[in-house]
Amino acid sequence: MRYIWLIPLLPAIGAAVNGLVGIRAFSRRLAGLVACVMMTVALALSLVAFWQLLALPSAERAFDVTVAQWIPTIPLQLSNGALGGLQVPWGFRLDPLSGMMLLVVTGIGTLIHVYSTAYMADEPRGGVARFFCYLNLFCFFMLMLVLGNNFLVMFVGWEGVGLCSYLLIGYWYEKKSAADAGKKAFITNRVGDWGFVLGVFLIYSTFGTLDFRAVQNAAATMPIETVHFGVLSFICLFLFVGAVGKSAQIPLYVWLPDAMEGPTPVSALIHAATMVTAGVYMVGRNAVLFSHAPMVMELIAVVGVLTALMAASIGLVQYDIKRVLAYSTVSQLGYMFTAMGVGAFSAGAFHLMTHAFFKALLFLGSGSVIHAMGGEQDMRRMGNLKKYMPVTFATMFIGTLAIAGIPPFSGFFSKDEILFRAFLHNKAIWVLAVATALMTAFYMFRLVAMTFFGAYRGPAWESTGQGAVAVAAAHGVKRPSDPHAHGQADRADHEVSHGPAEPHDQGHDSPHGPAAHDDHGGGHGHGPWHGPHESPTPMTYPLMALAVGAVVAGFVGIPAALWNRGPAIEKFLEPSFTASEVRPAPATAGAAATGGAEGAQERSVRGAGSTDAEHEAEQASQGLELGLMGFSVLIALAGIGIAWKFYVTSPEISERLAKNWAGAHRLLSNKYYVDELYNNTVISGTFGLGRGLWTFDRRVVDGVVNGSSWVTVISAWFSGLADRTIVDGIVNLVGRTCEEASFWFRKVQTGLVQNYALLMLFGVFAFVTVYLFSR
Amino acid sequence: MLLSAALFMIGVVGVMIRRNIIVIFMSIELILNAVNINLVAFSSQLQNVVGQVFAVFVIAVAAAEAAVGLGIILAFYRNKETVNIDEMNLMRW
Repeated sequence: MRYIWLIPLLPAIGAAVNGLVGIRAFSRRLAGLVACVMMTVALALSLVAFWQLLALPSAERAFDVTVAQWIPTIPLQLSNGALGGLQVPWGFRLDPLSGMMLLVVTGIGTLIHVYSTAYMADEPRGGVARFFCYLNLFCFFMLMLVLGNNFLVMFVGWEGVGLCSYLLIGYWYEKKSAADAGKKAFITNRVGDWGFVLGVFLIYSTFGTLDFRAVQNAAATMPIETVHFGVLSFICLFLFVGAVGKSAQIPLYVWLPDAMEGPTPVSALIHAATMVTAGVYMVGRNAVLFSHAPMVMELIAVVGVLTALMAASIGLVQYDIKRVLAYSTVSQLGYMFTAMGVGAFSAGAFHLMTHAFFKALLFLGSGSVIHAMGGEQDMRRMGNLKKYMPVTFATMFIGTLAIAGIPPFSGFFSKDEILFRAFLHNKAIWVLAVATALMTAFYMFRLVAMTFFGAYRGPAWESTGQGAVAVAAAHGVKRPSDPHAHGQADRADHEVSHGPAEPHDQGHDSPHGPAAHDDHGGGHGHGPWHGPHESPTPMTYPLMALAVGAVVAGFVGIPAALWNRGPAIEKFLEPSFTASEVRPAPATAGAAATGGAEGAQERSVRGAGSTDAEHEAEQASQGLELGLMGFSVLIALAGIGIAWKFYVTSPEISERLAKNWAGAHRLLSNKYYVDELYNNTVISGTFGLGRGLWTFDRRVVDGVVNGSSWVTVISAWFSGLADRTIVDGIVNLVGRTCEEASFWFRKVQTGLVQNYALLMLFGVFAFVTVYLFSR
Repeated sequence: MLLSAALFMIGVVGVMIRRNIIVIFMSIELILNAVNINLVAFSSQLQNVVGQVFAVFVIAVAAAEAAVGLGIILAFYRNKETVNIDEMNLMRW
């Protein structure tokens, strides 16, 4: 456990190796191997550390490691006028919350690394190394974010995952839409990061420290801001702005659906399982702060449930398989925030974990489908795939049941916990959340029905086949820049189930079966596409592992109503959401003294920890909880049933509905026109501002510059004039004077020696005469 | 003394009026020798040997002056193809 700092370091080493050496030198296999080994070792270390954490008594489950000093003590003035020393160590903390996140990140991260080795196998060699370099780098930053024990280390991870997200969304940077989506994600995240930084500044100036534990203990002593919007509320508001950006909530969710331009493993790891949950994690990490700011909590709950509802409704009508999942992710994140907002921190964190499993599973499954369909993402061109890819179908079906909330899959327990807590908190939120649950079940089964059931609607897989020419021409490979667009079906180790393919498959490939495809092995990217097929084992094994996770992950949170030992996860996570009562005794003693009974009571109602009062309430409402549970299962089944009716038994209903409700359908298809709204307000506003500033620059700034130069020119002209007339005049006057004065003298200078001699003679005579006469 | 004075005046007039630089040069020699005669004459008159010594110096200086002067004339002649003193007006302003 002393070596938890190694856990983030290992992926960093992998990233460095792949980035510095691998892009030039490594083969695809070696690049993938380096990345996978690093992640596996990190996973093993995490398991060991987590095991050791579990061995401790629950009150002491926290472990701090300071690796080095980052910022040495700098004196800074705090808001109360005192002089504080800013000092930031590279400190890591393992406690129940970060331990859970640690397992999620390393566990799912490892599976996705393995999956990627197969998914990215058709990329160019350096591209694979680059991909794994980014992926490892992402894991490094994510682990920094999770393990950091102060806000600044967390911020390093926070920014780093944003960067890696940008790099990975824009992985196919030749594709304009991918590059644009990367930029969109980065810039939208930046808005949130601005809030996060402001929050951190405010925390420092208020508390004089950035350490999570110290901040929580200090905040626990402050009164709960129920009526006035005080400094704690502002801190929480700013932090929530950061969480909104990172976790794609209203109004900053627009980047997440576009982020699906990245490779599917990236969508699974970053945009479903880990990075987008960073906001939820951060709110949970600062549960003490947030529970002291009930107004912000209200805001979080409202934003969360509205996001959940809105995204789910958009997901109802999308046709791109990954976009459906993206909106589903936004919606589930909304659930988590709802949970955080109603004070059910552990329920939110629990849903975070289960969601990580089943959403990663669904994304990887969709990646498998896309892989099988040769890059096709439109569900209207799929159908009946369960025949061709049974493993993918089975695992995705499990994931779908989990997200829809069917017992005993994991999503049921976590979602139901959230619904129950929302019901206790506010009926309106509960109603919206239940509506969302209905939609969730509907759109997920719509996805499954369109993809795996019904008739096959995709392109025929022999472009020269009979009667399929028109179809292939119309629906054929749509994305030339996507490497999976070319027939990547040829792989030696894939399982081929080509039963119904035979009638269509009259081309050159008549002897069906693995042997025929083995001949094509290695001809990736050029061979013809051989129709949907099961994915290779490196892709199916992670799917199975995640499916197991999606089934069992919920069992740690079986609610008290069903099992009298209560939700284990809640007890496990509880110490992370409360100020430490054990560590610095004076601080909490002060809290008890100053906060008084009112504060304590408030915390018992609002706080994450289920204190005695809440336990009683829970017990009293166990019947209620059971009833709600049954209701939500009914709701989920209703959603499934409707979807089944619409898309399997009588598909024409959905068409008719879309026609009858054309306005609503268009609104949803266009995602409520939010992108257009942003485009017309913020973006064009920015452009307008830029243009205005440019005009100002041109008119005023350039004018001033030009004016000053003009003044300089004029003054220089005068100066030159003075120089020419006065100074030169004086000099010339002297010269002229000399010249004029010498006019008479120079006549003497005849140059004739005899003249000189004559003059000399006269002179001598004159002197001698004077001499003689004067004597 | 009269001889000396006569020679001196002949030399001076020669320097003043002749155009040929060599003649002028010879006139200068005349002047110098007139001075020498004067010196020797006074020396024997006053029984003082210093005058004769001085005359010997004057002869030596005259020889040196003749050498230098003839060199200058030669150089001038090579440049200008003339020994006419009126052509020598390079020092004119």
